[in-house]
Amino acid sequence: MSKKHHQANKLSLNLSSFIPTLKEKGILFFMDVANVVAYLKIVFRNLFAKRFEFQEFLKQCYQIGNKSVGLISITGIIIGLVLTIQSRPPLVDFGAVAMLPGMVAISIIREMGPVITALICAGKIGSSMGAELGSMRVSEQIDAMEVSNTNPINFLIIPRVLAATVMIPVLTLYADAIGIFGSWLGINIKDSISIKLFLNQAFTQVDFMDIVPAVIKSFFFGAVIGLVGCYKGYNAGRGTESVGIAANSAVVTASLLLIIVDLIAVQVTDLL
Amino acid sequence: MEKNTKKVIIDIKDLKKSFGNQKVLDGITLQLHEEENLVVLGKSGSGKSVLIKCIVNLLEHDEGSIVVGDYELTDINEEDLVEVRKKIGFLFQGAALYDSMTVRENLTFALSRLNKSFSKKEINNKIVEALDNVGLPDSIDKMPSELSGGMKKRIGLARTLVVNPKIILYDEPTTGLDPITSYEISHLINDTKAKFNNASIIITHDINCVKTVADRIVMIKEGTVYKEGNLEEFIKDEDPYIQSFFK
Repeated sequence: MSKKHHQANKLSLNLSSFIPTLKEKGILFFMDVANVVAYLKIVFRNLFAKRFEFQEFLKQCYQIGNKSVGLISITGIIIGLVLTIQSRPPLVDFGAVAMLPGMVAISIIREMGPVITALICAGKIGSSMGAELGSMRVSEQIDAMEVSNTNPINFLIIPRVLAATVMIPVLTLYADAIGIFGSWLGINIKDSISIKLFLNQAFTQVDFMDIVPAVIKSFFFGAVIGLVGCYKGYNAGRGTESVGIAANSAVVTASLLLIIVDLIAVQVTDLL
Repeated sequence: MEKNTKKVIIDIKDLKKSFGNQKVLDGITLQLHEEENLVVLGKSGSGKSVLIKCIVNLLEHDEGSIVVGDYELTDINEEDLVEVRKKIGFLFQGAALYDSMTVRENLTFALSRLNKSFSKKEINNKIVEALDNVGLPDSIDKMPSELSGGMKKRIGLARTLVVNPKIILYDEPTTGLDPITSYEISHLINDTKAKFNNASIIITHDINCVKTVADRIVMIKEGTVYKEGNLEEFIKDEDPYIQSFFK
């Protein structure tokens, strides 16, 4: 057999082993999509039809707020400081330093506050939901719940998704406030400005339409974090390693989806 | 083997269940009578746990029929399934206690989901009684992480007993326990039956447990019933497969 012929054979062998893998991956992808659609259908059906676990909802709201508030405070203040310190030199060059508070406030309210808060919560809350529900699946706690005549979708998933949907906008507004305070600190490193004058300069440039779309998109961010975290945990495999996989996958998927939702939200806001 | 004249409360006929291409149950037929301890014996992976999960509809069977009391589980509606599950208590292999709840909250959860009309005092009395029955009255305010494996199994049994089920399904109740705790759990199964007159299906491959609790034994091999009889018949049987369990 010639060398050329041998290489061609080798190539066809490689291709033939590659194509079934691709086919299998394709099938797995579409099965995943079907599972997600079925999951969303069940969640939305139970959201309106079944009894609401109010106590569990309150507990989850507390957990989400309590778990994230420290991290969001630190991140918020740093974002405010960094944005101000980075933006100041070009504005000084153009003699527009008086625009600094307004510019930073708009950046934080429209984009930085919602996105950074959502990404932090995806890491903190999404992973925690994935790990908690994954661990409950592995240790048969979800099965035990079902046997006790408790619908796990109603008890575990809906309160978590709703709590994330409600709490992320609250945390976003808090992050905005802390970020703006951080900006005031940043300006006071080189200049001296009273908080009253700073806020006055900032909010004369902030419009109602800067705040509303940002708050609306943070509701969607919350829903994404809750839905993804719960989906990954609830559908975790049976082995203990599945818990880690579920937590990791919840963070990665939620973070990616948040960026996509943000892109869509920016396009929609631009049309308004 | 003498014929049991008591009423049949679980009737399984030609039950089949597969996961993908793998046949796990391939035509199981068995009955559970009132006040009977039925041991289902078999190697790991022989489909024992799948069988009892089908009985509470945690897994849906592919073919055959399961009748619990007056209810046929094939295509059962949600309301009837609630009624079936009220009759059945399930002790999971790892006890499956809710990690985020104390022992008291674990038991309250099971009780309040079953009957919403219980007052706080009634719930408390029932919890104390259930914990007394398993010999752990002092664990009421402990978290599951503070309990040993044997204690978890006992609390799991208390959570099962607190709702007063007619049937209890035990999924490998002595697995992972030391011989003394296994002995205690096996006797607890007998004590429970003596006190509450309930029927049980006990999934196990622990022969000491089998010898303690079994009124009747069903051995499963490759998804089908390999032999059915009482303990004496199994011990006397010279079949090498059966003897590999009993020797």
